[in-house]
Amino acid sequence: MSGNGPVLGDILPGDPVIPSSSFLSLLETHGMAPSWALGDRAGSLEIPEGTTVLAVRYADGVIMAGDRRATAGNVIAHRRVKKVYAADEYSAVAISGTAGMAIELIKLFQTELEHYEKIEGTRLSLEGKANYLARMVRGNLALAFQGLVVVPLFCGYDEADSVGRLYTFDVVGGRYEEQDYAATGSGGSEAKAFLKGAYGDDMDEAAALEVAVEALVAAAEEDAATGGPDVRRGIYPNVAVVNRDGITEVPDERLAEIAATVLGGRP
Amino acid sequence: MTMPFYVPPEQLTKDRAEFARKGIARGRPIIVIEYTDGVLLMGENPSGSLHKTSEIYDKVAFAGVGRFNEFEMLRVAGIRYADLKGYSYERDDVTAKGLANAYAQTLGQIFTHEMKPYEIEVMIAEIGSEPADSKLYRIQFDGTLRDIKRFGAMGGMEDELTERLGQDLDDLPDLGAAVRLAADTIEVVLETTIDDEDWEAAILDRNLGRRKFRRLTPSEIGAARAQ
Repeated sequence: MSGNGPVLGDILPGDPVIPSSSFLSLLETHGMAPSWALGDRAGSLEIPEGTTVLAVRYADGVIMAGDRRATAGNVIAHRRVKKVYAADEYSAVAISGTAGMAIELIKLFQTELEHYEKIEGTRLSLEGKANYLARMVRGNLALAFQGLVVVPLFCGYDEADSVGRLYTFDVVGGRYEEQDYAATGSGGSEAKAFLKGAYGDDMDEAAALEVAVEALVAAAEEDAATGGPDVRRGIYPNVAVVNRDGITEVPDERLAEIAATVLGGRP
Repeated sequence: MTMPFYVPPEQLTKDRAEFARKGIARGRPIIVIEYTDGVLLMGENPSGSLHKTSEIYDKVAFAGVGRFNEFEMLRVAGIRYADLKGYSYERDDVTAKGLANAYAQTLGQIFTHEMKPYEIEVMIAEIGSEPADSKLYRIQFDGTLRDIKRFGAMGGMEDELTERLGQDLDDLPDLGAAVRLAADTIEVVLETTIDDEDWEAAILDRNLGRRKFRRLTPSEIGAARAQ
């Protein structure tokens, strides 16, 4: 690639046998794939980390929520980090771990899904998207050993089976489909402990939103790295709802109401 | 020793252009019309899966006529180009102009350097937030790049189609009117009737979210034509 951007001649799909719908392989061909070449002491750097994200299944689909805090060591690095993203029209992805890498990973994942959809004229299956994300996490394994861990959470609406599904991952690219709820990040175990008690089968959207926000509040109460709703600064969690109609991000005004209810009702 | 025949470059270019034109004229045409909320790309295409129109990026769309495998290659290259650019810089940095220039370069190269020129023509459409911001570029088999205003046709009988469109179009039509105009023009000029299922129509609609490209369903086309 020249300094002036990609040149079309270079990116004509060359070998007709190898499918050309992968965006990552296109980046790799041009030496543009994101890479973090770090020395042995990378683990000693204090790099901002994203903390608690969670997903909950409800009657019509899935809800994904994340707090907004990023910490570097014992410092609050950012208060308004976005951790929950639309992966495409019918799925959402959230990050925990080394924030800079994770955000780049998500951007790449989003581009990859859109790229595939445009070239093939059809969306990847939900399972296919989860598998692809697992491959991207696996690609990061060497860095994970240096302490730069990225663990996403993925959920979506399965158009083929008309159900919401959620997936968790581990650092080696293991991909696990979860039943009802999942959480990851520093406050993840607190959030899960809360969800275990609060989760109900076939909750409607309003109930599930409340449960999701309260789980983040519960995590923030026990985990210093997780930021709960900050009414004074007007900072609320990122929440996305995925169902038959696609993905919608819940607006701050609605989250402010939910947060008020949740905070008001807590002991 | 045999000497290769000398062919003057004028003759060579003319022969190649004629070859390409003949191939393109055999194909079914595509009409592009700007309407109040965006751009309509429409043509006859009985195949439901081998498309002649495509999304390239958020507000950029593609249409091609001629040999499928040849414009498909450009379509895929265009998506790769746009995604690479949008990923490296910013989504708004992907424009139809950049892509049209890239296509023109590529087709120009192929026209002069390859065994045979591509028998295709492509159109790139981009919409902005106002109708005045819309852009249509047409790239011919030899790399000629032209800027089109409001409407255009390419493929078989394109001159007749363009002329007729020019006569029948005054103000910016709404989507229904644009669909009717495109369909009627093709049916009249090609002296044929085409079922709703055998049309391919896609729009760039500025009322849609980030990705403004959408295909029209046969029932939408039927409803628009029945008005």
